[in-house]
Amino acid sequence: MIDFDALEKGQQIGSATVFVNRADLVRYAGASGDFNPIHWNERFATEVGLPGVIAHGMFTMGAAVQLVADWAGNPGAIVDYQTRFTKPVPVADPAGTNPSETRGTAIEIVGTIGALDTEARTARVDLVVSVEGTKVLVKAQAVVQL
Amino acid sequence: MSINPDLAGRNYPAQEPYVVGREKIREFAAAVKATHRAHYDLDAAAQLGHGDLLAPPTFAIIVAQRADALLVNDSDSGIDFSRVVHADQRFTHHRPIVAGDQLVAELHVDTVRAMGGGAMISTRAEIATTEGEKVATTVSSILVRGEDQ
Repeated sequence: MIDFDALEKGQQIGSATVFVNRADLVRYAGASGDFNPIHWNERFATEVGLPGVIAHGMFTMGAAVQLVADWAGNPGAIVDYQTRFTKPVPVADPAGTNPSETRGTAIEIVGTIGALDTEARTARVDLVVSVEGTKVLVKAQAVVQL
Repeated sequence: MSINPDLAGRNYPAQEPYVVGREKIREFAAAVKATHRAHYDLDAAAQLGHGDLLAPPTFAIIVAQRADALLVNDSDSGIDFSRVVHADQRFTHHRPIVAGDQLVAELHVDTVRAMGGGAMISTRAEIATTEGEKVATTVSSILVRGEDQ
């Protein structure tokens, strides 16, 4: 259990790394129903001006919040969660690899307490989500009911 | 074809209910690499006070994007889905989503803003049970890139 009164703004709640490969994108497409081919077809992605296949923004958003769910101990305590998608997350298809087994792109996530509401007893966790040092989500904030 | 500026203020009524299934929750949780047992195991969900498997925090996107499709596929919207980029997303949960929920979504087109040859469109899905209990509000903006963008 988290002791709400012991929390401080600016306190780090933890960090995590999530890896994403092409097989993960196919799995997310199927699970979510988002079959936009920019997430699984290299030719199409390039033709519409992308550097190649990119991850679903919603994959990154969905995977990043795990850090907050683990910290809170109950994913159902996340009452509000928002982000802007600012940079694409490219997912390469390296020659000679099995796309299901290759490690994939590393998404780094760091969570910090951004605000505390003592009346509502909620904590806002601000997530910094980056790939190779570039922020891919901006204003990624999850509000946790404690 | 350009974006129809009259889309702003348009509402799309709820369609057939979306029935949240246990296997869908497990499948979606695995797809976002969520490991919390409450998404997979009934006892773990019950220990946290949930009546059935708990959906991950972004699960409502399935229901929201089905509602968004009503707008995107509307013949006079002028939206070319292959030129759509997801710009932002917000979920406000009035209560957690669990397996067995029968959800309906009412879609509201809140704003349409011309940007270059394209447009930024913000929509809001009000998600409730078929009995009328409020479950979640999702807000999303999509950028439809113009022909030269």
